[in-house]
Amino acid sequence: MTSYRIKGAGRLTPARTARFTFDGKIYTALEGDTVASALLANGVHLMGRSFKYHRPRGILSAGAEEPNALLDVARDAARRQPNVRASVQEVFDGAIIQSQNRWPTLGFDISSINNLLSPFFAAGFYYKTFMWPREAWAKLYEPIIRRAAGLGVAPKEEDPDHYANRFAHCDVLVAGAGAAGLTAALSAAETGASVILVDERAEVGGALLFDTSVTINGQSGYDWAQGVLVKLAAMPNVRVLTRTTVFGYYNHNFIGLVERVTDHMPRPDKLLPRERLWQVRAKKVVLATGAIERHMVFANNDRPGILLASAARMYLNHYGVAVGSRIGVYTAHDSAYEAAIDLKKAGVEIAAIVDCRAKPGDAVVSAARNLGIEVLTGYSVIDTAGRLRISSMTVARNSSTNHRKIAVDALLMSGGWTPSVHLFSQSRGKLKFDAENQRFLPNIYAENSISVGACNGTDDLNALLTEASAAGGGSVSVSGDSAFTWTGGMIGAAEGAGKDTTVKAFVDFQHDVTAKDIRLAVREGMHSIEHIKRFTTNGMASDQGKLSNMHGLAIAAEVLGKEIPQVGLTTFRAPYTPVTYGTLIAHSRGDLFDPARKTPLHAELTKAGAEFEDVGNWKRAWYFPRRGEDMHAAVNRECRTAREVAGIFDASTLGKIEVVGPDAAKFLNLMYTNAWDNLKPGKCRYGIMTREDGFVYDDGVVGRLAEDRFHVTTTTGGAPRVLHHMEDYLHTEFPDLKVWLTSTTEQWAVIAVQGPKAREIIEPLVEGLDLSSEAFPHMSVAECTVMGVPARLFRVSFTGEVGYEVNVPADYGASVWKAIWERGEALGACLYGTETMHVLRAEKGYIIVGQDTDGTVTPDDAGYGWAVSKKKTDFVGIRGLKRPDLMRSGRKQLVGLLTADPLEVLEEGGQIVADPNEPKPMTMLGHVTSAYWSENLGRSIAIALVADGRARMGQTVYIPMKDKTIAATVSDMVFFDKEGGRIHG
Amino acid sequence: MLLIHCPYCRDDRSELEFRWAGEAHIARPEQISEISDEAFSEYFFMRDNTKGIAWERWRHIHGCGRFFNAIRDTVSDKFLLTYKAGLPRQPVPGTETAGVETVEGGAA
Repeated sequence: MTSYRIKGAGRLTPARTARFTFDGKIYTALEGDTVASALLANGVHLMGRSFKYHRPRGILSAGAEEPNALLDVARDAARRQPNVRASVQEVFDGAIIQSQNRWPTLGFDISSINNLLSPFFAAGFYYKTFMWPREAWAKLYEPIIRRAAGLGVAPKEEDPDHYANRFAHCDVLVAGAGAAGLTAALSAAETGASVILVDERAEVGGALLFDTSVTINGQSGYDWAQGVLVKLAAMPNVRVLTRTTVFGYYNHNFIGLVERVTDHMPRPDKLLPRERLWQVRAKKVVLATGAIERHMVFANNDRPGILLASAARMYLNHYGVAVGSRIGVYTAHDSAYEAAIDLKKAGVEIAAIVDCRAKPGDAVVSAARNLGIEVLTGYSVIDTAGRLRISSMTVARNSSTNHRKIAVDALLMSGGWTPSVHLFSQSRGKLKFDAENQRFLPNIYAENSISVGACNGTDDLNALLTEASAAGGGSVSVSGDSAFTWTGGMIGAAEGAGKDTTVKAFVDFQHDVTAKDIRLAVREGMHSIEHIKRFTTNGMASDQGKLSNMHGLAIAAEVLGKEIPQVGLTTFRAPYTPVTYGTLIAHSRGDLFDPARKTPLHAELTKAGAEFEDVGNWKRAWYFPRRGEDMHAAVNRECRTAREVAGIFDASTLGKIEVVGPDAAKFLNLMYTNAWDNLKPGKCRYGIMTREDGFVYDDGVVGRLAEDRFHVTTTTGGAPRVLHHMEDYLHTEFPDLKVWLTSTTEQWAVIAVQGPKAREIIEPLVEGLDLSSEAFPHMSVAECTVMGVPARLFRVSFTGEVGYEVNVPADYGASVWKAIWERGEALGACLYGTETMHVLRAEKGYIIVGQDTDGTVTPDDAGYGWAVSKKKTDFVGIRGLKRPDLMRSGRKQLVGLLTADPLEVLEEGGQIVADPNEPKPMTMLGHVTSAYWSENLGRSIAIALVADGRARMGQTVYIPMKDKTIAATVSDMVFFDKEGGRIHG
Repeated sequence: MLLIHCPYCRDDRSELEFRWAGEAHIARPEQISEISDEAFSEYFFMRDNTKGIAWERWRHIHGCGRFFNAIRDTVSDKFLLTYKAGLPRQPVPGTETAGVETVEGGAA
């Protein structure tokens, strides 16, 4: 095989090689090669197939803007990444690289028939064609189109690599380590500022990596850059991150970086993260992101072997690779001449330089001609030939029909340079159009940042260095010299792009958008650039239009007959280049994706065989199945045992807030609908909290431990928002109240013991408290010790049975639980979980806020009107409750439902109607909020919100389901022990 | 991500530590139970939802826990001033009556 590696050219070390495979074939590369340079060194240009037409495509660029050469790069089956840009990925020994979007092979791809069918695949084709039948879109058309028009395929295996996440702060962040970025970083660093310098390439230097005609401070640009790097790396206030991309510029100088740590290593240390996300807050940002060379838009400008002139120069001057052996150049800008000159000097034949301008820069033209290169000014390339690689270009004098065919195996093109204003634009900076040079430049800054160098439109080297030094805040003595001053550039379709409808002059390579597609979009009524973009998908591929945006805009402007600024520019959004999910997620996966909250009793519950359910982030014991029991059987047994003997339940997740201070009662008077000042220390009360609008917000039992101390409990899910709500009023509406709030949810383990034998179970374990009903009746609270542990004991019940809630410090929870269960088990009690808790409370008609209420339910609607104090002159919600709509008759009220068939359990959420035969849409009276099988009652029970429910007692309502209609009688909400005697037993 | 100056901690902290808490300087009416439906509606439901300069409340919920007030430009997302709860509505910095960048004092 011919090697295109030029002896003596480039900066790689010939002795250090790496081997890799591409589509199964083994190739040799040099260390430091990108996949692109390594393949080019082996004479391979064909690297992919285009998205829509499956046209053969080769490498186009030498950087992040690459739209064509997207490859699948793997170490092994799981460590495989699709859509990797060949121009960015460094080769490592053992890499397994494959082309994408082709079948059966890259050289012979069946789907390339699309290219012949392209008259049918014009812009908007999918929108227009696959309209009917509608159902076929999701099942038939979309899967086929997606398979044919996809890019790479994601690996199915779990990602075995790990990723890291770091936060950093700095005075100055410099994006880009070219001549401007290095100068700015050095200038800032010498003032003592903390500096982070970031560059996406493996080496610093930016354009100096390919532009060998530049000297700075008497050295070659490349050597100067490496010298500055050494200087910066030695400074303690500087961090240089190479192989790192600034992908996002967010509010208040918050910058997202992705550092590729191991992707270039043959055998990475397992301890290293594959990639690292940096989240940087910078006081100032210096944008030195350079410029990206544009391609020329002309007929068949996408054949393998056609690439950007600066890319060819990079492959030669940095990697030591010639991109062909007989090379043509088509340009509208002087910079392409330097590529031809460098190649010619390296011994590569230059077929001709075709310049569409009549008057290029004199210096470059004469330099080229002096080397014997044919220069055709005022000429254009009007077509190319070659199936899998360009074989010739057809050139003609502008406005002439005479043409000649020139044999080439590569064609370099340059339409000029587009300043990289992506990050500036992401920061919400406003651009202005530089009409003379046909480019958008930074104008009004939204953040403390500054653009320097090529991204700021500063072309002259010394002006650039001066500007960069000033931007760093210091002063660096630096001056440079370049062999040529560049002029020229064009945007839009070149001569040879054709006005007719058959020429394929590509604007966006990755999405196969041609000049005629953009013209068609305008003809079909898309006049805004945002519409043109979406209709044609120009600039919407993974390269985000780095090459295509300006061309697309110029073509649209031409057809619309408008100036470019009037047509507008689509918004640049993060990320600048694709970022892996792994990096963004970092450690937040698996067990760490969403942390589980476990109660202090979790290990005991697990040992006892609990099945758990998720309640918010909490893991709560759901039920405790015994051998052979399903959930239904376990819950039935638990329900029976709790009422016949006793049940033991982990209630630790209950929200708990300690309300302390001389004004504590006064504060609770304002926060709850109930009155609290008449609650004596040692007593508890069930409280309802409403929002200012009068709707139920939370509920719970509040115990008064002392005149100035309350133990407030909230719903499990409501704890954080109730505390927030209380703090809000305390800080902002009642700041004069002397009250202190502390969340104590996680400080207490709470063991509920409920049932006829509850007292017998805990009595021997409790010290210093008479538990008799006379001394410690229902709704009492006391501080005591349990097994010597300081405890708060509540006599409360959420089951309707005699009940105690033993609160002990979390660390003692497990041992107290064990002791209580040991006694309970001996007496025939059971452990029960949340499911049984739900059934038992529903048997008693106790509501669950958030299940039986939904934010539109007043205390009275819920049947708790008694809990609203009539005497208080103020509490949160007092005025809201008086709103006419909250006081009207006919509101939905919570009631019980008993199904006609006692074995039928309603579905929660089922809608309720009065007349099942009413034509649709039926009048809905409300819905079922809770429904269970009650083993204790031997029938189903339900709670429902029903319009005017309490006035419908005994009436029959209907719940229409998909396959039947269920009849039910409206009843009282209390199904079990209506007299309520058991609770006092 | 926004960078927010907590007037209690006297430090610029990341937005992650804060929680937005609605429009500022809406005082709960004295004798609220006596006010008209219109006055209640104005107090509880109606908000300016300003495009541009807005006075709003924030809470340093994962920091000191305090509520405070801020003047923020909702278009540019710039904070122009933060100040303690309980202080009257502050003028926009840069205007004639504006004070220093952080106003001290405030509620008990």
